[in-house]
Amino acid sequence: MNKKNKNNFTNDQLLKFYEKMFLIRKFEEKAAQLYGAGKIGGFCHLYIGQEAVVIGILSSINSEDTVITAYRDHGHILARGVDPKLVMSELTGRKDGISKGKGGSMHMFSKANRFYGGHGIVGAQVPLGVGIGFAHKYRNEKKISRVYLGDGAMSNGQVFEAFNLASLWELPVLFIIENNKYGMGTSIGRSAAGGELYERATVFGIKGEKVDGMNFFNVSESAIRAREYIEKNSKPYIIEMDTYRFRGHSMSDPGLYRTKDEVNKMKEIDPVLMMKETLLNDYKIQEETIKNVESDIKKQIKDVEKFSLESPLPDLKELYTEVYL
Amino acid sequence: MKILLPALSPTMETGNLVKWLVKEGDSVVSGDILAEIETDKATMELESPDDGKVEKILVKEGTENISVNTEIALLRVDGEEIEEISEKPIEKSPQVSSNGSEQPATELKISMNSLLNQTKENSDEKNWSEKEISMREALNKAIEEEMEYDKDVFLLGEEVAEYDGAYKVTQGLLDKFGSKRVLDTPISEHGFTGLAIGAAMAGLKPVCEFMTFNFSMQAIDQIVNSAAKSLYMSGGEINVPIVFRGPNGAAARVGAQHSQCFISWFSHIPGLIVIAPSNARDAKGLLKSSIRNPNPVVFLEHELLYKEKTNVPEENDFLIPIGKGNLIKEGKDVTIIGFSMSVQRILNALPSINKLGISPDIIDLRSIKPLDEELIYKSVKKTNRVVIVEDGFGNTSFGSHLSYLIQSNCFDFLDSEIIKVSGKDVPMPYAENLEKLALPNTDEIVSAVKKVSYIN
Repeated sequence: MNKKNKNNFTNDQLLKFYEKMFLIRKFEEKAAQLYGAGKIGGFCHLYIGQEAVVIGILSSINSEDTVITAYRDHGHILARGVDPKLVMSELTGRKDGISKGKGGSMHMFSKANRFYGGHGIVGAQVPLGVGIGFAHKYRNEKKISRVYLGDGAMSNGQVFEAFNLASLWELPVLFIIENNKYGMGTSIGRSAAGGELYERATVFGIKGEKVDGMNFFNVSESAIRAREYIEKNSKPYIIEMDTYRFRGHSMSDPGLYRTKDEVNKMKEIDPVLMMKETLLNDYKIQEETIKNVESDIKKQIKDVEKFSLESPLPDLKELYTEVYL
Repeated sequence: MKILLPALSPTMETGNLVKWLVKEGDSVVSGDILAEIETDKATMELESPDDGKVEKILVKEGTENISVNTEIALLRVDGEEIEEISEKPIEKSPQVSSNGSEQPATELKISMNSLLNQTKENSDEKNWSEKEISMREALNKAIEEEMEYDKDVFLLGEEVAEYDGAYKVTQGLLDKFGSKRVLDTPISEHGFTGLAIGAAMAGLKPVCEFMTFNFSMQAIDQIVNSAAKSLYMSGGEINVPIVFRGPNGAAARVGAQHSQCFISWFSHIPGLIVIAPSNARDAKGLLKSSIRNPNPVVFLEHELLYKEKTNVPEENDFLIPIGKGNLIKEGKDVTIIGFSMSVQRILNALPSINKLGISPDIIDLRSIKPLDEELIYKSVKKTNRVVIVEDGFGNTSFGSHLSYLIQSNCFDFLDSEIIKVSGKDVPMPYAENLEKLALPNTDEIVSAVKKVSYIN
């Protein structure tokens, strides 16, 4: 067995993970295109470059575990298995969107797939996710609440209140910092004092580590380690993912805060390409097999696009529904 | 030296002498515990102010409702003459009144209860087994019953568990339900409110106490952006069954940062239900309905009403529907609308209004959102005159919106302008006289009634 694959995934499993990463990549490229064509409005935060994080975590996840994240959520909801057609139709603001066209890119949820959003206020999802972990513990469920946050949220006060509560009440929560180096246009060097971001949680007694978030295998390994720790100790855990977004903060980001050289250099460690090369070189998966997977995804994305553009606009009566239950 | 019953909290007017820890003839030194006194908030220890000997105990243990400043014991201090015992308890320090026409609290209490007893007969409520209890006890019973009724209901907040509640509302619940369901939080509103909302998203039914709603401002983002909007922006997927509760508005001389009414703030937000009861009966029935409601409910209590008693049904299926106002007094000449503490202010003014020969409809809204528009318009179409009384700042207030709704729905029925008696647009001052002036008072309410009735 390859030394990079400590988790003993079969080739079929690895191919599935690659398929998911490739799906997110192609979905996001299509979203960028549709945004440019004026088919998607408002804010649209793409996940391109960070795919290894969400799929690496997915590889460790129990299907009953819950997930919550902020507004860069397309990759997360796709990873949880929600139909890409419903996700894209939400981006296009249509009736068939996962939130019936009333949420948009930043606000997508699926209880059936244990995905709790999709939150637009930086940091707010962290106490919410701790609360979901509280509910798991309250009901004696063997579930872990997986809470994603960005490097930007790591300077937001409520996040520390949430760390304190999660540790104090020994809640089954995995915090995952997606450190993509920029909170919108401000680099972490200009926003965060002190040492590593995850160390800010360790002062609350939360065990944690920093991981290469561009490499699926590293992410997966740490995620499995974290799961075992949480299950054994009934305490929260934190992983800081060293990652990078290849696109702007949102579609309207001119990107003046970083150089093209920097972006291009990071693209040399593109997580999707690296995963593919590992599968080809180290696992001897046939190029043909991978190509088939890729072309199926490309075909699927075409259907997704078509569906999301043909789905009608929400009925006007939807304006006043679902304000109260 | 006379030992007087001290005021041990900002709102304490009377106390109970729970227990003497000394007896006549005992020698004490300064700081020794003489007695246990129960205030409106907690049981406190009374320390000896000096070294000496307990000469006489004037109030027996177990005595209740002793006015603040009553002589309760005599202490012989070396070198001091023994003082004469007053014939009567020393009167309370004179209450500053901005207009001299405030009614004593005891009269209020009776009139609230009797009004409720009258209005009940007109409703279709069944015959409940009733007991006269305070709003504090009514809220406590409501939480207790709902925690028994549904194991997903839990309570969290600052000092709700081991301290028994900063205002004793949650007294005894920790003992009954244990620390899994009654949780003391750190002083961390933003965090624990978010946690509670997350737990609600995952299906639990939290009762999230704010020690006062002033502190909810630390968590306003979570209440507005996470609790209120999730159902809508998830297309109906995620509901948030949570109650945010605690005292709201001005208590007694606790200054600007602890004295504000947030009814206008929360009623502005689509997705929130807003409740503001004025009496114990409504508090119990509405809090129980709020806990059972699948939406986020902001339940605004008032510290000065916690001690006020009315008859309250003891049955655990007593619920008051959300969205129903109460015509607590039926008249014909003018409609006076209030909610929470302002209902009490209207009742304070009622004798003066009656003296004018004016018989008002008095509406207690109880539920701010949803609003019982039907009840309001029916009354206005009968009386053709409206006065709205609210404690909150007048600028862009709930009362302003209410007068918009009334003019818009009852335009042809109005015989006068609508007058709004609101809190003054100033941060709440500390000084007793200024604080009274900042809040709606009897004179203002009576003047407003006169003005809409064209009486000079």
